[in-house]
Amino acid sequence: MAYSDKVLDHYENPRNVGTFENDDEAVGTGMVGAPACGDVMRLQIKVNDQGIIEDACFKTYGCGSAIASSSLVTEWVKGKTLDDAAQIKNSQIAEELALPPVKIHCSVLAEDAIKAAISDYKAKHQG
Amino acid sequence: MKKPIYLDYSATTPVDPRVAKLMCSYLTPDDGLFGNAASRSHQYGWDAEDAIDTARKHVANLINANPKEIVWTSGATESDNLAIKGVAEFYAKKGKHIITSKTEHKAVLDTCRNLERFGYDVTYLEPKSDGLIDLNELEAAMREDTILVSIMHVNNEIGVIQDIPSIGKLCRARKILFHVDAAQSAGKTPIDVEAMNIDLLSLSAHKIYGPKGIGALYVRRKPRVRLEAQMHGGGHERGMRSGTLATHQIVGMGEAFRLAAEELEQDYAHALKLRERLLKGVSDIEENYINGDMERRVPHNLNISFNYVEGESLMMALNELAVSSGSACTSASLEPSYVLRALGRSDELAHSSIRFSFGRFTTEADIDRAIELLHQKIDKLRSLSPLWDMYKDGVDLSTVQWTAH
Repeated sequence: MAYSDKVLDHYENPRNVGTFENDDEAVGTGMVGAPACGDVMRLQIKVNDQGIIEDACFKTYGCGSAIASSSLVTEWVKGKTLDDAAQIKNSQIAEELALPPVKIHCSVLAEDAIKAAISDYKAKHQG
Repeated sequence: MKKPIYLDYSATTPVDPRVAKLMCSYLTPDDGLFGNAASRSHQYGWDAEDAIDTARKHVANLINANPKEIVWTSGATESDNLAIKGVAEFYAKKGKHIITSKTEHKAVLDTCRNLERFGYDVTYLEPKSDGLIDLNELEAAMREDTILVSIMHVNNEIGVIQDIPSIGKLCRARKILFHVDAAQSAGKTPIDVEAMNIDLLSLSAHKIYGPKGIGALYVRRKPRVRLEAQMHGGGHERGMRSGTLATHQIVGMGEAFRLAAEELEQDYAHALKLRERLLKGVSDIEENYINGDMERRVPHNLNISFNYVEGESLMMALNELAVSSGSACTSASLEPSYVLRALGRSDELAHSSIRFSFGRFTTEADIDRAIELLHQKIDKLRSLSPLWDMYKDGVDLSTVQWTAH
């Protein structure tokens, strides 16, 4: 299978690989996917007092497209409000990376990871 | 760009230059050897027939058969189809039960599936976790109406060698015909159709330094095995497979098999040396699992799962190597390798498998480079893997609630 240049770039030089301390009040963690399906994404966001995502990182077990999708969204969510970040659609990710139809599920997973990280952060801050 | 190092000999091998050279003389007008073996009225036809007879002897010789028992086909897939459908149709009055295994090649499995549509009953044996068939289970599956057992000699994905002599004995004692797919074993481990009680044997040329597009089916004459032809026409190959014989392809297969017989021990020793080198080289990579029994296997294949690294991303990282993966992502289907699953491997490990296969033209330097790349790339991918983190933190992944998708 041929990969797009953008997928290759993110795969070769993944952005924002890493881990934030889960106990940190400012951190929201989203882990989606399953090893049995061949991909697991962990996306983490660090949110400041103004409700803006000031940092993000990821680790992904999965194919090149899954790694590229998660790497891309860490770049996209930075500087966004939680609400704006929640607006990111899988179709935008798929388009940016020129994912073929069989790899669309990778972009869906990345969208799910953002949403999961946001809800984790919100759950921490309820009450 | 430099071509990747070829470590996919189980998919196909390059043609040995000695084979290619001989084949060429049967194509062009230069040597006057381009004739049709069915032309009985002139020298061109006779020469082609002679060349085919010689090739037939070479192929028969490698498996201890009589040259008259060799039927040329387009490859092992056609041989499997001809053997299974041919027997099923001819012996339908005797019974309609066939026994095979879940880790057979698709050419056998899909043929059996197709026969089920026509009222045949097929038992698919589950191999043990080492990839081998349980002989007691096989024996228990045999019935009055069983007409055929089809079990491969060497598995294409994991390289394990089935206990063909014992299976042959069980079949012969019950007068059940025994078909063996030997596409991956010919020239790699000895085959003796007499000693092993094999009735039908599928062979391929391109797995053993011959050309693609040619194969053969061994069909036993004593006691005689009958087949319903699947290709009708001029009655070539004693009526079992019509069609003008592809002289240059057959000459290539014959020469490849002659060389395989002559160099079997040498090829085996070479592959074993490379396999041991690869095995030693990757032994210090944590969490690696060899798929398939370590004793009963051909040395040309090593199928390894690297846990917590996904197979396709590993293949992408190993773009300097031409290897294949048991991961779903590399194929159109979304299922991981059915062979590894049948062995009881977890989906994760099946998704993380890489098949290395090598042979006559692989060098120690090729293997050393592969080892070096494996270390580098697995380190890199594990540093990206949340599963690796969890494993290192002592989390039991089987207890995690995953969001399957």
